Amino acid sequence: MADSTLPIQGALDITPPAARKHSILEIAHSWITTVDHKKLGILYTVFGIFWLLVGGAEAIAIRIQLAMPNNHFLSPQTYNQFFTMHGTTMVFLVGMTIIFGFANYLVPLMIGARDMAFPRLNAFSFWVTAFGGTLLYYSFLGGSGLYGVGSAPDVGWFAYAPLTARAFSPGHATDYWAISLIVSGIGTVGTAINIVATTVSMRCKGMTLMRMPLFVWLFFVVSALTLITITPLTAAQIMLTIDRYLGGHFFDTQAGGSAVAWMHFFWIFGHPEVYVLILPAFAIANEIIPVFSRKAIFGYPAMAAASVGIAFVSLGVWAHHMFTVGMTSVSNAFFTLSTMLVGIPTGIKIFNWLATMWGGKIRFATPMLFLTAFLFQFLIAGLTGIMLSVSPWDWQLHNSYFVIAHFHYVLVGALVFAIFGGLYYWFPKATGKMLSEKIGKWHFWLFIIGFHLTFDTMHVPGILGMPRSIYTYEPDRGWGPWNLVVSIGGIIQGIATLVFAYNMIVSLRKGEEAGPDPWDAWTLEWTTSSPPPDYNFAIDPVVGSRRPLWDLKHPEDPDWKYEA
Amino acid sequence: MSAIPLTPHISDDQPWKLPSKGKVGMYCLIVAESAIFIIFVLAYLFYIGKTTFGPTPAVLEVPIINSIALLSSSITIMLAERALEHGKMKGFSLWWAITIALGSYFLYGTGVEWYKLIHEDGLTISTNLFGTTFYSLVGLHATHVIFGLIGLTLTLIFALTGKLKHEHNEKVQILALYWHFVDAIWIVVFTVVYIIGR
Repeated sequence: MADSTLPIQGALDITPPAARKHSILEIAHSWITTVDHKKLGILYTVFGIFWLLVGGAEAIAIRIQLAMPNNHFLSPQTYNQFFTMHGTTMVFLVGMTIIFGFANYLVPLMIGARDMAFPRLNAFSFWVTAFGGTLLYYSFLGGSGLYGVGSAPDVGWFAYAPLTARAFSPGHATDYWAISLIVSGIGTVGTAINIVATTVSMRCKGMTLMRMPLFVWLFFVVSALTLITITPLTAAQIMLTIDRYLGGHFFDTQAGGSAVAWMHFFWIFGHPEVYVLILPAFAIANEIIPVFSRKAIFGYPAMAAASVGIAFVSLGVWAHHMFTVGMTSVSNAFFTLSTMLVGIPTGIKIFNWLATMWGGKIRFATPMLFLTAFLFQFLIAGLTGIMLSVSPWDWQLHNSYFVIAHFHYVLVGALVFAIFGGLYYWFPKATGKMLSEKIGKWHFWLFIIGFHLTFDTMHVPGILGMPRSIYTYEPDRGWGPWNLVVSIGGIIQGIATLVFAYNMIVSLRKGEEAGPDPWDAWTLEWTTSSPPPDYNFAIDPVVGSRRPLWDLKHPEDPDWKYEA
Repeated sequence: MSAIPLTPHISDDQPWKLPSKGKVGMYCLIVAESAIFIIFVLAYLFYIGKTTFGPTPAVLEVPIINSIALLSSSITIMLAERALEHGKMKGFSLWWAITIALGSYFLYGTGVEWYKLIHEDGLTISTNLFGTTFYSLVGLHATHVIFGLIGLTLTLIFALTGKLKHEHNEKVQILALYWHFVDAIWIVVFTVVYIIGR
């Protein structure tokens, strides 16, 4: 553990007066009306974890339904609603909100700013996103009229036309889906604008672009990508709403419209979106792996460049979701090649992380456990991605459980593991209490065992030809035993997530005191007290290198001597 | 607030200037809005000539005067900004009001055009594919003009009541950036709808 008696600049040198007990109303008022980036970051994250439990419960229900052939746990309609809501929730309400929670909390702290560039826009964005999520789930109550209980959207999270047309989706369920995503999209774009403006114009003195922590670099790229990713989805949703409400013909093939156009518009959003989700996982890895290997990150400029490269390439690969739709061979070849191109920058990143760990003194605390698992799971996920990018291979496996296994490998095996690691890493900063390492180890091992049971096994029924989005199957296909294993793994993951929730609640009340710098880290957020004061830094920090706190702790061997 | 340097080779006298956050934010908003417009423009281009029944783009008349009005409002808003920079409040209000008038005239012209299309040619958003794409693209632009006009009108009210001072220069410039963006989008929409589309 670090020596917390170090005189840290910017930290409080006065003890705050003893806080009086606040009433529940006062506390609620302070949280609801807050414009402080730290509180909003916590709100975002808690909101995301809440929906994570909801979306996870939906996933468990799906897995129970698929555990046996000819199971009747869910009706076909309910099954459709559950996988639609599971996908939509996990991507828009869990992934986007938790990553922006991290960004909100940490980006201003890491660049030595007092707050985000636009604090009130920040609050607005959060509440709009929260409203969008609530609206989506309200469809369970009001989807097909006032008393149509249990009519959530059931068109798949990609909502392919013409299934979304009035003729095939009567009632309001699909409208809830479209409008709630437009609403939460507004919030997401607001946050993205905020983060870009914060990174560009709120950096403290000496924090040049090439001295920013890689976490901030990654979120700068993510936010810039979000600006041009979420908005096409908004445009497509507007078109869908025009079609459904104003009798438009965008996706109406009878009137000359095109259903494939929806696929293009959706995936122009959808593919960069998965990079928006995975780049924050890289950001967390870039912070945690060096600290727990006791070495500076290897190849900083290459890392920053690779992130920008991934963002650029991701804009040109969307049609690999549509190899089977009947594009020309030329397009198939183009999108095969551009998809394989993503492997280059991601390869750079993986090798840089390995080089960072190489020869380091690795401490396997819970954050590092999660991030080590992240490393090799992300590698495997990338390899199945390369397999799927080959269009003939994709023709065989398109819309099978192999694809599901692949993208869950990316989103759970990489993103969720990184998020858990990040939560273990920064929870002490946000609350002043350490998360329990003992329960954390339980959480980690349960989760990784459940994860591999589920998603390693899931490749097999995919290769055996089990299509996605079917509510049940016949026993003679030979998918039954595989699916049973997958379901057992899913339930273990659910238990692990509950263990984590329990860990957070217990540690919040009885965790050991963290102190300002529990992990002996190097970036600016650890110079403040835990939790940081409202104004973050009593004195505006001035930095001279990529690891300002290292310079402070080791005046005999500072970083700026080595950084040109 | 003076800063204690953490490192010996950085001193207080080095200038540390960063771009204005408002401008960066507005540029980000413009990038995001452009993406929405790009999708609608792509949809329009993709659906040209695919309409199976009903009125075709031949019923459109090129709105020359309208376009001139909107594009010249970019010039007048620039003159207004100049006046504010030099502290000439009267000149600012005058040019600003002219900008609003030109923008409103553009909206009026669009209304006249749509009235003719609806009542004489029977083209509504649900008539056929051309109607859907035309009204959504042009209407999306008109919506942005309306938002811009709301902002401009509020600024004019502040200026006339004497609330607007020289130090609000940058905020006015940010609003003007948005207005320029709306004008630039019109050039694209005009080209796509009235030149390529016909």
